[in-house]
Amino acid sequence: MDRIPILRMGDFLLVTIQVDMHDRLAMTLQDDLTSRIEKTGAKGVLIDISALEMVDSFIGRMIANISGMSRILDARTVLVGMQPAVAITLVELGLSLEGVQTALDVDRGMRALRKALASEEEGPCPS
Amino acid sequence: MAKTERAVASVLKKHERDLLSDWVRELKAGASGADGRLSEKELHGQAENFLKLVRQAAAAGEMDDVSGEPWKPVREFLEDITRSRVAQGFSSDQTATFIFSLKKPLFARLRADLAQDPQAVADETWSATQLLDALGLHTVKAFQKTREDVIARQQEEMLELSTPVVKLWEGVLALPMIGTLDSARTQVVMESLLQRIVETGSEIAIIDITGVPTVDTLVAQHLLKTVTAIRLMGADCIISGVRPQIAQTIVHLGVDLQGVTTKATLADALSLALKRSGYVVTKKA
Repeated sequence: MDRIPILRMGDFLLVTIQVDMHDRLAMTLQDDLTSRIEKTGAKGVLIDISALEMVDSFIGRMIANISGMSRILDARTVLVGMQPAVAITLVELGLSLEGVQTALDVDRGMRALRKALASEEEGPCPS
Repeated sequence: MAKTERAVASVLKKHERDLLSDWVRELKAGASGADGRLSEKELHGQAENFLKLVRQAAAAGEMDDVSGEPWKPVREFLEDITRSRVAQGFSSDQTATFIFSLKKPLFARLRADLAQDPQAVADETWSATQLLDALGLHTVKAFQKTREDVIARQQEEMLELSTPVVKLWEGVLALPMIGTLDSARTQVVMESLLQRIVETGSEIAIIDITGVPTVDTLVAQHLLKTVTAIRLMGADCIISGVRPQIAQTIVHLGVDLQGVTTKATLADALSLALKRSGYVVTKKA
């Protein structure tokens, strides 16, 4: 069975979705990613969906779930490179992915993660 | 009936030349030839072609039904003429007069040919009238169709024109919206804006609604959808140009614009965008 590769880049994990997602693949990704975060103690996760051309409500929800799970495991998640068609579809489906951080591309996503982590380390959390 | 049908056809055949010259004279005296928009040669050519096609169609049969197959060339020819008339700025009655002015010379020939049989003249005239009326109405229909095509094309162009995405600064896009927002337009606007965000890698998009006359719940919802889609792609969106009345309407409608950055003017939005991207604008002493 095919899997979506999860690459480790320093403190971050990079997930690049290059194929069209189907439900089983999304479930596997969810399992793989959560266990990798746990094993590596990664501080951030980048999910690159720039090659994803189509989504349905299930995949949309999976994406939201995955980022929610990573956050609970103390890894910030940034969703990068969403295509216009995908964004429109998700909005029409009523999935606005509240609370999921987004960025235009992997580079910007990485920068956002670094910045967030740096500000976290600098001062104690105000809350 | 069959006899009279043949009679019209035979008159057309026998007197084609005379009919043509009479008709052209009639046309020149009438509205469609008088003001020099059509040269005499052009008019003559069109009339000649028309008579030839009608003669062929009439010879092939069926005079009552001009929507049939034998009349197809005639109809197409009329549509061509109508299109060129529209382009030249003729009105629909001037276009139809082209056909109707054939009546006088044609009836005169019929009367002369069938002088000894008044009954036949009446029948003949009636069937010729019917034929020419049908053809005249066809030109009016074609005229209207051409005009409708023009309107449809203009609407399309307006849709394109009214959604320009402009680059205000490195990484800052602006979309000045003009006119009422409906579902179809919002779709086009949203798609072109999102596409440009991907192409330019801009992190901030400003939607300026100064040119939007009214905002209702539907429009507000469309705006919210666009803002959400932009955020999903990883860019930020600022809505600017909110006029006092629109701000009032939005609150009265109970639309929740929490979480959407709004500014009163495009200038405010731009300065916020510059600040967010780390630019500092200073004035030289």
